[in-house]
Parts: sequence; C-alpha cells; structure tokens
Amino acid sequence: MGMTMTQKILAAHAGLDEVKAGQLIEADLDLVLGNDITSPVAIHEMEKMTVKTVFDKDKIALVPDHFVPNKDIKSAEHCKCVREFAMKHDITNYFEVGQMGIEHALLPEQGLTVAGDVIIGADSHTCTYGALGAFSTGVGSTDMAAGMATGKAWFKVPSAIQFVLTGKLNTWVSGKDVILHIIGMIGVDGALYQSMEFTGDGIANLSMDDRFTIANMAIEAGAKNGIFPVDDLARQYMNEHSKRPFKEYVADEDAEYDRVIEIDLSTIKPTVSFPHLPENTHTVDSIEDIAINQVVIGSCTNGRLDDLRCAAKILEGKKVAKGLRVIVIPATQAIYLKAIEEGLVQIFINAGAVVSTPTCGPCLGGYMGILAEGERCVSTTNRNFVGRMGHVNSEIYLASPAVAAASAVTGKISQPADIGM
Amino acid sequence: MKAEGSVFKYGDNVDTDVIIPARYLNSSDPKELALHCMEDIDKDFIKNVKKGDIIVANKNFGCGSSREHAPIAIKVAGVSCVIAETFARIFYRNAINIGLPIIECPEAAKAIANGDTVCVDFDSGVITDKTTGKSFQGQAFPEFMQKIIKAEGLVNYINEK
Repeated sequence: MGMTMTQKILAAHAGLDEVKAGQLIEADLDLVLGNDITSPVAIHEMEKMTVKTVFDKDKIALVPDHFVPNKDIKSAEHCKCVREFAMKHDITNYFEVGQMGIEHALLPEQGLTVAGDVIIGADSHTCTYGALGAFSTGVGSTDMAAGMATGKAWFKVPSAIQFVLTGKLNTWVSGKDVILHIIGMIGVDGALYQSMEFTGDGIANLSMDDRFTIANMAIEAGAKNGIFPVDDLARQYMNEHSKRPFKEYVADEDAEYDRVIEIDLSTIKPTVSFPHLPENTHTVDSIEDIAINQVVIGSCTNGRLDDLRCAAKILEGKKVAKGLRVIVIPATQAIYLKAIEEGLVQIFINAGAVVSTPTCGPCLGGYMGILAEGERCVSTTNRNFVGRMGHVNSEIYLASPAVAAASAVTGKISQPADIGM
Repeated sequence: MKAEGSVFKYGDNVDTDVIIPARYLNSSDPKELALHCMEDIDKDFIKNVKKGDIIVANKNFGCGSSREHAPIAIKVAGVSCVIAETFARIFYRNAINIGLPIIECPEAAKAIANGDTVCVDFDSGVITDKTTGKSFQGQAFPEFMQKIIKAEGLVNYINEK
C-alpha cells in the first residue's frame, strides 16, 4: 500500500522506508517554534531536564506575538523570560518587537519553513506551513521543550482525508471561504487525528495566501495537519523567500485515504461561521440582517498582503458605518510596509479604520479589540468559541476579508455584491 | 492506580478557551490558572470541585488552542481524570505530557451523568459508575504512552532515557 504525502515526509524524518497509519514513530525536527504564551512554560519545563542546551540554535524560532507590544506587566514578564532564554542560548531566529510578526505569517516570509520539513510549534495554527508542502503541526509547551532539547518528537502516523479541488473561485471568494465551507461540511472534529491532503487541478488557481489560509484552519476541523502539493507557485515563493534547499514529496498513486471529498471551487459562495463554532457555516446570501459592532481584519489566518489588498479594494473611497469599530492588523512588518507603499493603509485610515502593529491581540481576546457583553464582531480570524474575543455573551462571526470589509461599510454582515461590487 | 470522585459532566467540543480563557494567559503560574479553570463554561466549577473529582464530556474535548495551560489548570484544580468520547489531538498529547490521566470511552461518556460517583482503574481501563452500578471498558494507552505516564510526564521520561 502506498503512502500519503504526510506519511512520506514522516517516514523520511524517522529514517524508515515505510510507515503506516497508526504507527508510533520518532521523527527528526527541522524547526521548533514557540510564542510569548507557550514558550515560558516550555522554558520552565526545559529547566527541569538533564539536557541543558538546545539541539540546534538555528532550528528554533521564538516569536513573541500574542500579547506584544507588552499589554501588561505579566505579559512583559513572559516576554522577558523568552528574550533572556533567546540571548542565553544565542537563538538565531528570535524576533523582537520591531522585527516580529504573527508567527505563521512571519516564518514562511522569512524562509524558515520549506517543503519537506517536519515542524512542530507550540501554537495550534502551526499547521499553516502545509501550504508549502511541509508537515507541520501544533503541540504543547512540553513537546516544544523536548523538541528544543532533543530535536525530535514522537508522532502517531495519521491517516488522511483527500480533498480534490477543481475549478476556479469566483470574484470576492477566497481561501477563507473554501476552508469555512469545508469545516461546515465535515465539522470541527471531521478530520480528528487525520491529515487533510489537498489535491486537484483547482489548486493551480489558488494564490499562496489562499493556501496559507486553508492550511492554517485545518486544526479547526481537528486535523493533525493540512498539506498542499508543491507546484510552480510554491517553488517560486520558496525561492523568493528562502535560501534553504527544499524537498518535494509526492503522495503515492496507490496511497490510501479514509475519505475522498471533491470540491468544485466555482460553486463556493462567500461564507460566514456563526457563533460559537467554526462549523456553523452559512452563505452570506442566505442570512437575515445581523447588525455588528466591530470588524477585525488580520490574524495568522487573514493578515497577509492579499487579504489587505482585497479589503482595501472594497473600502477605497468609502466610510465605515457609524458607531462601528474597524481594526486592521497587518500580520508582519514587511506586509505593513508594503501596505503603506501600496497606499492600502491610507485607504483604511481614510475609511475610518484603525491600523495596528502586528499582534494576535483580539483574535484570542488578549487586547486591541475586546468585545463587551452582547456585542458582535465580524472577524477574519479562526475561532468563534464562547468568550474568545471578550465577554462570554459576545459573538464572533468568522468571515473572509472581502465579507469583513463589505460588513464594515454596511454595519451588518454583508458581501461585496451587497454594496454594488 | 485508581481515581475516584464526583463527576462534572459537559457536552461536545469543550474548547481550550472555555477551559482556561486567554485573558488569564498572561500568567503561567499553575495555581493561578487553576483558579479560572472552566470559568467560561461553568463559573461555579472551581467553587465546587474537590480533589479527585472527574470530568466527563462528549466528543472533541479540548479542541482549539495548543495551550498546555488547559490540562495544567484541570490537573491543578484537583481533577483526577478526564473521560470523553474523543479528545482533540493536541489536548490529548498535552495531557499525557504533563501527567493528567485521560481516557477515551464513548459508552461511558454517554451514560455517566453529572454528579455520579465514578471510579477509574488506569491499569485495566475499566470505568465504574458507582451511582448506577454500570461498568465500561475504556481504551488503554499504547505501551509508548504508558511509559511516559509512568515516568509522570515527558520531561522525566526523557531524563530517564
């Protein structure tokens, strides 16, 4: 029996010719990642270990991004702990405020994640790098500590669901709509313990930013990882961003999948996930008027340049609805600079939005846009759990940058067609 | 090794944001985290939980964020075991890595009611609802994970290697 793309990468990193779903293996790691919330716990765990040094100072990435610039004294203490650890161990890829970005947008941009890698990160959205053909998955702080010390991690080899994508997305429909559509179809545990392997000629019609968004939310279906085959667009991206050689793995023709799901991209409509689970999806054309109080455009899911360009195109020359707060968060400094150069930031500010330095802030209810009781937010982030962005009686509606921007103009959940675009 | 206690019963998809809301993640002090355990789904949990009590839930327990703070908060709050129909995979790893016993058992998760007294035998995987007298066979851990649990977590396991 053949292997899936994920299984091939894992086998190679475990020094095995073949692996099977369910097999427990120990794999070599190409990168271990942590942020300002998870790293302090990992650093504390590492202090208990007999191994006192990191396995490779070039293969660890420490990115304070959740509560930075420090939101309060406790957060400052956490960041200080991470900074001191980075200095003590001479960690090459430590990103201070000023150079940092939201980790899952930053690391591919910095060329630290490439095809064929095995990457663990103490952040659930580490699965983002599957867009480049890497195996990457979220773990906890203890796994991160063990990874930093030994350069290895244990895995149960996952089985897979194959998604065969065909056709082309319509105007104003993006990767976010694709992944929300999929989660709506299979549920928040629809891919539990499995890989989501994306295939099909429709992938050629998806931008890299679309693919990052889709892989990013694989965890929202419970998946271990989401992964795309490597094509010319991915190769071009890696050649532009990375000096590291990459290795392309291709699933065997006779690879076994638990399930095969075919999706014609041209049939997907602007989609929104209602509170309080990402699987509660509705197409925007099917919903009643839902008035909102806030819009967030950003995060590791949708804070990339394509996302900001799309939102700016809709907001250009328009004003945000009265009484509505619109918060735009470019995911990295490079994206921020580009957004300034292209005049996107000017469009946002002229429309009445606020533009923030890169941070995960509002996505997890940290700061920079917390909701009061009864408030509703349309957000391009990835989770709409109870209390995720603030009060337990507030509501988050997950959507694409296009839907978020159109909603910013009308003050209710809308799609670009609703404002004549 | 056995656990026995009163059951706190929850439904599907109990996510890590309700287990420990991110507004408290500016601390990594286990005792402080435990004070807010389950706060957004059951604000009285921390007032009512006693050492040894057991959480029972339906499918996909611990979905969402990778925060290890979630199983830490549950363990330090005094919970001796979590039984669920299924667990989200990062939570599953994290619980084993910090030494919080968890057992997948769909039958037990469905049948056990809030407030029941339940006993779990970790060696055999047998779960007994003493209130109703029913017993269930939970899924035992693979040998590899048993070694980690026996070492009381991944750090000790690595230190012993």
